[in-house]
This record gives sequence, structure tokens and C-alpha cells, in this order.
Amino acid sequence: MSERTRNYNYSRKTLTNNWEYRLKSLLRRCGSTRFAGSLVLVGLCSFLALLIFAYQPMAQTREQPSPSVAQAATTDSELSASPAVLPPLPYAYDALEPYIDAETMELHHDRHHATYVENFNEALANYPDLQNQTVEAMLRDLDNVPEDIREKVRNNGGGHVNHTMFWEIMSPDGGGEPTGAIAEAINQSFGSFAQFQEEFEQAGKDRFGSGWVWLVSNDANELEITTTPNQDTPIMDGQYPIMGNDVWEHAYYLNYRNNRGEYLSNWWNVVNWDEVNRRFEQAQS
Amino acid sequence: MAYELPPLPYDYTALEPYISKRTLEFHHDKHHAAYVNKYNDAVKGTELDNKPIEEVIKAIAGDSSKSGLFNNAAQAWNHTFYWQCMKSNGGGTPTGELAKKIEADFGSFEKFVEEFKNAGATQFGSGWAWLVLDGDTLKVTKTLNADNPLTSGQTPLLTMDVWEHAYYLDYQNKRPEYIDTFINKVVNWDFVAQNLGAA
Ligand SMILES: [Fe+2]
Ligand SMILES: [Fe+2]
Repeated sequence: MSERTRNYNYSRKTLTNNWEYRLKSLLRRCGSTRFAGSLVLVGLCSFLALLIFAYQPMAQTREQPSPSVAQAATTDSELSASPAVLPPLPYAYDALEPYIDAETMELHHDRHHATYVENFNEALANYPDLQNQTVEAMLRDLDNVPEDIREKVRNNGGGHVNHTMFWEIMSPDGGGEPTGAIAEAINQSFGSFAQFQEEFEQAGKDRFGSGWVWLVSNDANELEITTTPNQDTPIMDGQYPIMGNDVWEHAYYLNYRNNRGEYLSNWWNVVNWDEVNRRFEQAQS
Repeated sequence: MAYELPPLPYDYTALEPYISKRTLEFHHDKHHAAYVNKYNDAVKGTELDNKPIEEVIKAIAGDSSKSGLFNNAAQAWNHTFYWQCMKSNGGGTPTGELAKKIEADFGSFEKFVEEFKNAGATQFGSGWAWLVLDGDTLKVTKTLNADNPLTSGQTPLLTMDVWEHAYYLDYQNKRPEYIDTFINKVVNWDFVAQNLGAA
């Protein structure tokens, strides 16, 4: 009985968070490409636009500095380190059932992801200067992170960035064939969506131990399937992760046990192709 | 030569409530069995086929062209060793020569426990925590994924699996709780003492 009540409360909380999340991500998108474009075009008028954005109640909770043209290109959707914040799950815990169960989602988001965020902030506690960078910026340039916290930043910063992407590229309205520009690009690079799925699933199965399987935009601006161990992210190699699936056992063990292959093939049912397209666009900019 | 999946050295319920029957069923019958099967398939017909599995592990460690074979060989061996490191009504403290040696090399049993727990908790991702004999000295180590101390010339005395599959059904994300329970309630000190005696 108490179990049910608890789940009910969690769902309500998530629905509220969901609304906040959508408004925030709408603002973020406007705040980056379109708004940045208007800065260039309208020049001084952008000051007015800024004021209008400042009136949005959600805008006050954003911790990024006022947008400028230069920043918009690189910090769109990059994560703050002052401090790092666990983003709310953009849907209810049970929204991805039956493919991913509510208990897995709750543990995965509220415990695993939360712990990465906590440990990341703890590692940076003595380095206030570093907190001015985004998490991604630190991961791109780990050599410049002090040695005594480098591994913690790599593991926990990576965990934060990877999981934040992961929640966003899934949706209860997801699944089906890819749409838009990414559909076209997948066909060009892999021959067909079916071929891409097969290669992506195989790569996920072959990643021994804990890690991630990715679709990245590589140095030559081509689509490529890669994998990384643990919480390493393609960002560390200067690649942009367009989409990725978590193949740590915690991502599937309650539902699929040792059967990682089944998890990988079921996962397509929850892929949010709208968000993948947005990331694909981001990769090309 | 083909490596045989050893049966679990106790009943599937023997470690309850600390490690559940369903964990042991999946861990032994699915995970361990898969490593053994994949190893046997991969080694068959190669020049390594006539070697015992320990020799194969040592021979191909670090050879990236044989990482698949290595992973399955080492995981087959590691799990066989791991089952023996646990028993019903385990835990407690070691006795005899082992107790003396732990005190001599770590300062105290408590110091050893602290180091061993820390190794298990800080092995990021999947892997193993170990008590090994390195030359003349006891040491605590940790390894990633399938790696094991045989490849660095150390003698394994005790291991604890910290892959998530070892504890997720029973402890979920709470790896430290699994580690505490392993040490306090299930570790088989008789097996560790026997390994030290044979080293
Ligand atoms: Fe994860
Ligand atoms: Fe295992």
C-alpha cells in the first residue's frame, strides 16, 4: 500500500517537472539558435529581446550568463558546473514501460545519475575557478583539470553529461522509424535504418563491462557508431554524441537480467527522434 | 582444453538472505555459464586449446587482438574462484596463520577490511576486488572488468565480484551495502587460509 502511494507521489512530481522541463528546453532552443540569430540581425534591438526573455519566470532559474553570439554556438545545452544540477526526468518514471520499467528509471535517475552529480560537485568544491567552465568543456580538455580530481571529473562529469542526454533522447511518444534529417543521414551512412540498428546493437553487445554505445559525428563530420567504457563520453575525443544507449547493467538488469541484446533491440521503441534530430543539427553547427 | 562450468559449491539458497537464490541462479547459470561457453567456443582449434585456462589467461593478457578470448577465459576463472570465496554462515574473522599474516601486513584486520571495502567501492564500472599474495606480502588490489591478478604474477587469495549483476537484484545501486555484507556475513575465510597455505 505504501509502495503505491510512493509511486503516485513520484509520478505527480515528475509531471510537474515535465512541464518545467519542456518550458526550459523551449527557452533554451529559442535562446540559442533563433535568438542568437536575431542578435546579429537586429543588433541593438537584441537588448529589448533580452528584457522580454528576462520576464519569463523560468528564465530566472537559468544559471547561464546572458547569451552572446559567440557563446550561443558552444554553450547551447551545455551543463553548468556551478554547481552541477540533476535535471528532472522529462516524463514519469513509468512512461517508458514496458520497455524500461519504472523501478529502473527511478533508481537510474534518482540514485545513479544523482550520485554522479553529487560526486562531481564534491570533486570541484575546492576549485571554484573550474566551476566557471561547463562540464563538457572540462571533459573536452581533461588535461587541464587538476590531476587530483581528473578521474573524478572524467567519471562523474561524464556520467552527468551522458545521462542528461540519455533522458532527453527517450520519450513515451518515441520509437518508430527515424524522421527528418537524421533519417536521411542514417540511410546514406549505413544503407538503411535496419542496417544501422543491427550495427548499433552489435556494438552495444560487444562493449565488454560497463559503458555506452554511440552514434557520433566524427572529425570528418561523418556518422559513426562507437562505444566507450564506463562513463567516458565521445566529447573527450572531440566527437559530438548524437545519440547513445547506456549498457551498464544498472540500465537493464531489473527488467532484462543478463539479456543485454534484448534490451538493446527493445530500446528503439523509446527513442525520441525529434530530440535526436535536434542533436544532429547541433552536431553540424 | 575445454573448461567445465563447475557447479555452485553450495545450494542456491545457501547465502540467503545476503545473496538471493535468484541472484545466484542468474549469476552462475547465465553469466558464468556464458563466459565458459564463449571461452570454449573461442579456444577450440587454436594453439592455446591444450593449455589449462590459467596458462591461457597469462599467455594472452594484454594482447588486444585476443581480448575477447581473454575476457571470457578470465571471467570463467574469476567466477569459479568467487563461488569458493563465499559460504553459508560465512564472515567473522580469519584465524591461525592467515590472521597473523593479515595483522603483520596491514597492521590489523580492521585496516585490511577498510582497504578491501575501499577497493570494491572505488572500482568504477565493472570489476573485482582482491586480496593477493604479491611476493611475500599480502596486498589489496582491484581490477577492471575481467582482469585478474594472475597476469601480474600475484597469487589471488580472495575475490569479490563488483559487477552490478553480482548485487543489483539484492542491493540495486547500494554497492557499499553489498560489500559490507560480503565481508560480515558471507566471506569464506577457510578458503582464503587454504589458498595462503598452498601459495
Ligand atoms: Fe546509467
Ligand atoms: Fe559476475
